[in-house]
Formats: sequence, structure tokens, C-alpha cells
Amino acid sequence: MSKKRVVHYINQFFAGIGGEEKADIKPEVREGVVGPGMAINTALKEEAEIVATVICGDSYFNENVEVAQKEILDMIKQYKPDLFIAGPAFNAGRYGVACGTITKAVQDELGIPVVTGMYIENPGADMFKKSVYIVETGNSAATMRAAVPAMVNLALKLLKGEEVGSPEEDKYISRGIRKNYFAEERGSKRAVDMLIKKLKGEDFVTEYPMPDFDRVEPNPAVKDLSKAKIALVTSGGIVPKGNPDRVESSSASKYGKYDIANFQELTEADHETAHGGYDPVYANEDPDRVLPVDVLRDLEKEGAIGELHRYFYTTVGNGTSVASSKAFASEFAKELIADGVEAVILTST
Amino acid sequence: MVKEVERAGIPVVHICTVVPISLTVGANRIVPAIAIPYPLGNPALDKKDEKTLRRKIVEKSLQALTTEVEGQTVFED
Amino acid sequence: MRLELGNIFIKDVQFSDATKIENGVLYIDKEELLATVGGDERVKNIDVELAHPGEEVRITPVKDVIEPRVKVEGPGGMFPGVLSKVDTVGTGRTHALKNVAVVTAGKIVGFQEGIIDMSGPGAEYTPFSKLHNIVIIADPVDGIKQYDHEAAVRMIGLKAAQYLGEFAKNLEPEEIKYYETEPLLESIKKYPDLPRVGYVYMLQTQGLLHDTYVYGVDAKKIIPTILYPTEIFDGAIISGNCVSACDKNPTYVHQNNSIIEDLYEKHGKEYNFVGVIITNENVYLADKERSSNWTAKLCKYLGLDAVIVSQEGFGNPDTDLIMNCKKIENEGVKTVIVTDEYAGRDGASQSLADADPKADAVITNGNANEVILLPPMKKIIGTTQYVDTIAGGFDGSLRADGSIEVEIQAITGATNETGFVRLTAKEY
Repeated sequence: MSKKRVVHYINQFFAGIGGEEKADIKPEVREGVVGPGMAINTALKEEAEIVATVICGDSYFNENVEVAQKEILDMIKQYKPDLFIAGPAFNAGRYGVACGTITKAVQDELGIPVVTGMYIENPGADMFKKSVYIVETGNSAATMRAAVPAMVNLALKLLKGEEVGSPEEDKYISRGIRKNYFAEERGSKRAVDMLIKKLKGEDFVTEYPMPDFDRVEPNPAVKDLSKAKIALVTSGGIVPKGNPDRVESSSASKYGKYDIANFQELTEADHETAHGGYDPVYANEDPDRVLPVDVLRDLEKEGAIGELHRYFYTTVGNGTSVASSKAFASEFAKELIADGVEAVILTST
Repeated sequence: MVKEVERAGIPVVHICTVVPISLTVGANRIVPAIAIPYPLGNPALDKKDEKTLRRKIVEKSLQALTTEVEGQTVFED
Repeated sequence: MRLELGNIFIKDVQFSDATKIENGVLYIDKEELLATVGGDERVKNIDVELAHPGEEVRITPVKDVIEPRVKVEGPGGMFPGVLSKVDTVGTGRTHALKNVAVVTAGKIVGFQEGIIDMSGPGAEYTPFSKLHNIVIIADPVDGIKQYDHEAAVRMIGLKAAQYLGEFAKNLEPEEIKYYETEPLLESIKKYPDLPRVGYVYMLQTQGLLHDTYVYGVDAKKIIPTILYPTEIFDGAIISGNCVSACDKNPTYVHQNNSIIEDLYEKHGKEYNFVGVIITNENVYLADKERSSNWTAKLCKYLGLDAVIVSQEGFGNPDTDLIMNCKKIENEGVKTVIVTDEYAGRDGASQSLADADPKADAVITNGNANEVILLPPMKKIIGTTQYVDTIAGGFDGSLRADGSIEVEIQAITGATNETGFVRLTAKEY
């Protein structure tokens, strides 16, 4: 029996082509395995083998989704795969979105079993968990050793048409699909037990988690821009040259607050980016490309806006946890309010 | 961060390239950016044109801040 | 209030020349039963049939299921305000005939009635397949208004249950259970160190086939109020609704409310089960706001630490459920809510029409949209003419060979939201 055919998708980094500076490479395909595909292939054993690996730059994919998707699908189709695996993307946001997008496209167009993997906070997870199976991985490539067997296990189940177990059993991110079964005890008994636990402050597990409705109502629009104080905030990691506070290039544990009262624009001489998650060359050449101080100063002079707030807040959005980002922002938001800031422009990379 | 600023009561506009992410994280006013390494720039253009481009995006953001919205809104061209 | 509930276990039901209970068998004089429940000019014909567990019998369209019970000692009679006078019930002694039920069926009133299969896969989904059912098929006169049809059939069912229950009066029950709830201040004195819990019992009150009655009062018209749990065991609350079949509370469920049963189990040990707050589910937003405000107010007033809230129905009542939950939590009273889900046939849709992060302790009784294939049955009691149009059915539900492809929504009691059954759901 010949082995089943698998096509694997990875990004420029895992292909060993380069880091951020190569995030704009176009899709290419290579025979056999590349990078983590080797470990996946080993785990697939006799059941299947990776016949080709498609590589694409994360920035290229996200900035040219339609075109990239089509190019990649054409490449994949050539190999007549029985199974498609993407990633794992861990916590790399653009990579996760690319994996989710292409995995879903393959499922829809080719109708073959598909699997990808990423960290639960990866934006790609929320976006695609309902559409495709996403194995839950750790937040960095250091957890590859655990991610591979989990992905291969689920991939083989799907390939063989075996029944997929619960998210806990088969280690994937819950897809929000409700399935009935008969419990040991009737609902009223379970209700009383849950009541007692809740009264005692003990842990219990709700049988139906409420959908995540954490939406915040939009605030009313600014009435008169010409009188308004506007502040800049960025997750793009713009900091004074030399990164005096050592904001980390990834998984930032802090944010910076910097004074631009004396700056009409930002330049290579005075500012730089600390963000390790994108090609820093352009931001370093001209930090206004991430934090548009120059334009806002012009608008200030022209009277289009009341004032550009003297402080800007910055952190690095690369792998920084949702919880941390929330914490930073709720802290500095208080300062913004105290300083009479009426609106914020927040830029991200 | 966008949601926390909004939660604090300050209207905020998110300039971001990967708009679907901005939607998922819950920004209410969204303006698409140019590219990931240079959201408000384009190294292929000369300085003057680049600044014009940057100004266009900033002006769109200001427009977003002065527009009442009901829910998540992407301000495209 | 203290109630002794004597359970008489019936192992078979047969027609005979006289109604009596002997050696665990309920013998029924069909003529006498029909004569007792008949006479309503709104009804053209009535008949009675028996359905036993395990038989290849399908009963449809089912309206209500009622347990025969009788007051032996203490004030009042069964179904006060409806069949008996309005005396306050819930004390003294009551007898119940277990393992049997009166089921009302017959020409459909509206498209919400249900299906009970006595065997096969469908039987797994209804608690009533385990009972010996005395099915009364009542057909209305032509041209009758739906409200009259529904009322007539409702009364017939209750009368039948009352008639049969009478025969249990002088029997010695095999089992006696004691249920006691003191007035509030006395119970607090008795259990000073126990947390106080209550049961918020939501009642469906949305019109034809969607109504519930408390001591004979249409619960649409009540404002939330307090009952002793034992009043409910004596038929203070009866069902006038069957929408949808899976999550309506038949009168049988009111009489045997399992949340009350299970709360009593640990009463005086883990908590002080103070009592029941009933509330409704009306169709006006102002009513929803008023009732949920009032319910939360009562919870706080009674000094409750936590409550179980059970819903009846789905859709707009999901809003009542969430309003109750939120407002009660806002009063500092913890909640556990008991509901079912309408997550679509693929289970991927949002289960409840409304939601709130405060609803963090939920018991689910399953996704009502799951589809089941019911095999053809040898005998139909009632008619399958309406299967395609009952809630949970669809065009083509009923196949030529008699099998039925339908959502479990159409099976009586399948996802009952008082946790009466063991069906539940989990996330994949």
C-alpha cells in the first residue's frame, strides 16, 4: 500500500530562509520536507509522507491574501495530496492567520482532511477555530516537540476517517460545536452539586460557556477636532534611540511613555523600533512610518487638530500576551484621561 | 490595548494592516494601513509622496474619530 | 409546611370491569373513566388506550402528561383552583401512583405538540416511555376555537388523573417520603449556620399552548411570588403549554419537580432550602423587566445566598433567563441556571439567544436541534398526520414507511429544563 500524500505549509522563518527581512517572499514549493516537516514526517511513519512543502512569507501572504491563496492552492493541487498540514504557527500572529486561511481554503477547495496548529491567543485561532481543526500548541517554537505528535495524531485520525474526540482528548482548540450525550446523573442533581460548589467557592465547570462577548461599545465621536488633544499609541515598538528602558523585542513586559514635545517629526537619529516581529529597517529609517508624528505636527500647525499630546505610549506587540497588553493599556489610559486627551490614534504593525 | 483605551472612555482609531485581526481583537474604528513593516509609509515612494500618503491615512483616522459608529467599522477608501 | 408523600408503585395497567388497584396492578373501568371525563360539549369523541414500556407504540400529538395523585390528609384537593377548591395545599399527606401517567393526545391544537415512542431510539429521549401510559384521545367538535380546544383537553387530562388518583387514597404506600419547609424566620433559627438557597422557577406564559396556571390563575397575570415547595407536589402549578415538546414542563414534571426533589435531599445539611420563587416569561419587554426586577428583589429580601434558576422554553425566554441571572447576581446572590440549547442541527450555532458573562454556572439539558431517525412503529395512538408541521418536524419528516426524521425538539420531555432527564451536551 503506498503511503498517503501530505503537503505541508510553513513560513519563511521555519523554512530557514530568513526572519522578518524575508517576510515578503512570494510562495514557492519544494519537494519533500523542509524544517519542522522533518519531525512531522517522522511522526507520520508508514501511514503518510510529506511529498511537498509550500513556503510563503508572512507579510506577503497577509498583504496579498487573494493572490497568495490562489498561487498556493495551485501549487498544492499539483501534488494531489490526501492530507494538508500547516504550521505550527505558535504565537506568530501573521503566520497563524496565514495558516488558518490557507488551511480553510484547502479544506473548501480540495475537500481533503486538514490540520493546523497554533497558540490559543494567536489571532488566527479565534478566526479559524470554527472552520478547521487547530491543534493547541505552546506559545513558542520551544514547544515544537509537543506540538508535532499532537498534530500528527489528529491529522491521522482525520485521514483515516476515525471519530475525533473531545478537545481535551485530541488536543485541539474547541470549535464551539455542541454535541449531545447522556450524563450519569440527571440535570437537577448536577445543578444542586454545582450550586454547592459555587456556594463554597470551589471550582466547577460550567456546562455551557457563555460566548465571548467582550466587545466594548464605541465611544462617541470627537465633536471638534480643532480643539481636541490627540494622543499617539503604538504596538509597533517605537522608542527613543537606544531603547533606554529596554522594552523587550518580544513578549514585552513593559510599555514606554516618551516625550515628543520637542519633536516635529521622528528620525533615524532620535528614534528606533524595538519590535522584533517585523522587518525593522523601514521603521528605523523613518519612525514616522509607524508613529506619524510629522503629519500630526503639520495638522496641529494648520489648526486641524487642537494639539498632539506630548507623550506617546509604546509597547511591542510581538507575542505580548493579551493579558499584558490589557494591563498596560488600562494603566496608561488613566493617565491619558488625566491629561485631558480626547482621542487616541493607535498604530499597529 | 485598543479595547482598554475604549473601555476607559476615549474614542480610539486603530491603524492596522491585518484588518481581520483588528476586528477579532474588537477595535471599533479601524483604518487599514499600508504594510506591516511600514503601516504609514512606503519606501518605494519618494519622501514627499510618502508623506502625502501618510497624511491621507492620518486624515482618514481623524475622520473616523469624528464619525459616530454603531459597532465595528472599517474606514476604507 | 410538612408533606408526607406516599408512593404506590404500579407494575401494570389493564382495562377491566371495575377500577381498582390490586397487587400493584391498576385496573381501569374504561366506561367509567370516559364517563367521568366526558360531557364537555367542546369535545366530539373521547377514547382511551393503554401504552406500555417496550411496546412498539408511538403516541402523538402529545399535549400533557399527568401523574394520578390524591390528597389523603390535609387541606385542599389535587389541582387547587382548577379541579378542587382554592384551599392552600402542600401539607398533610398525599398519595401518588408511580410508573403511570395520563397522557392527552388527539387532533392537534397548534403545532407544538410532541411524540412519545414507547420503544426504540426515541424512547431513550423521553422519560415517559418508562411509564404505563393511559392515553386519552380527545377530538374537538368541528369549527372549535383553538383556545377552547386546548382548555377542553387540558381539563379532560386533569380529571382523568384525579379520577385514577382517588383509587390510591386508602392504599398503604410502599414508600413514604417527608418534605418539610419551615416559614422563613423559623428555618433561619433552625439552621443558623447554613447558607440560604432558593429555587427560581420560571414558567412559560406566552399565550395559546404556551400558558401555565398557578392555583388556577393564568401565570401571565402574576407578579413573581413565593411558594412552599410542597405546594407544587400537590398540583398547585399545572401546564397549559407544550412548546416545544422537548422543553415544556408537562404537569407530570411540575408534580415531580426534580430540582425541588434534589434540593430537598441536602436541605438541612449543606444549605437551608428556603423556598420557591415563581416567575413568568411574558411577551412584553416591560413585563420581562418587571418580573426579573421583582425576582431579584425577592431573592435579596429573603436573604438568599444562592439560587437555582430553571427556564421553560427557548428563544425570547432566553432573555428572561439572562435578565434573571444578571439581576440576581447583581444583588450578590449566586446563580446556577438550568437551560437547554438550540445550537442548530450541526451544533455550531450560538445555543442561547442571549448571554452574559455573569451566567458562569450553567447546566444544559442538550441541544434540541439534534436530528433523530425514529423507526416505524406497529401502532400509533393518536395520529401522525401532523408530524411534518410540529416544532422540530419539517417537510418530509414523516416518510412513507412510517419512520420519522425529526429534531429531538419534537420528543416530549427530551431536553426538559428542570434537569428531569440525563441528556446534556458538551463542546467539541
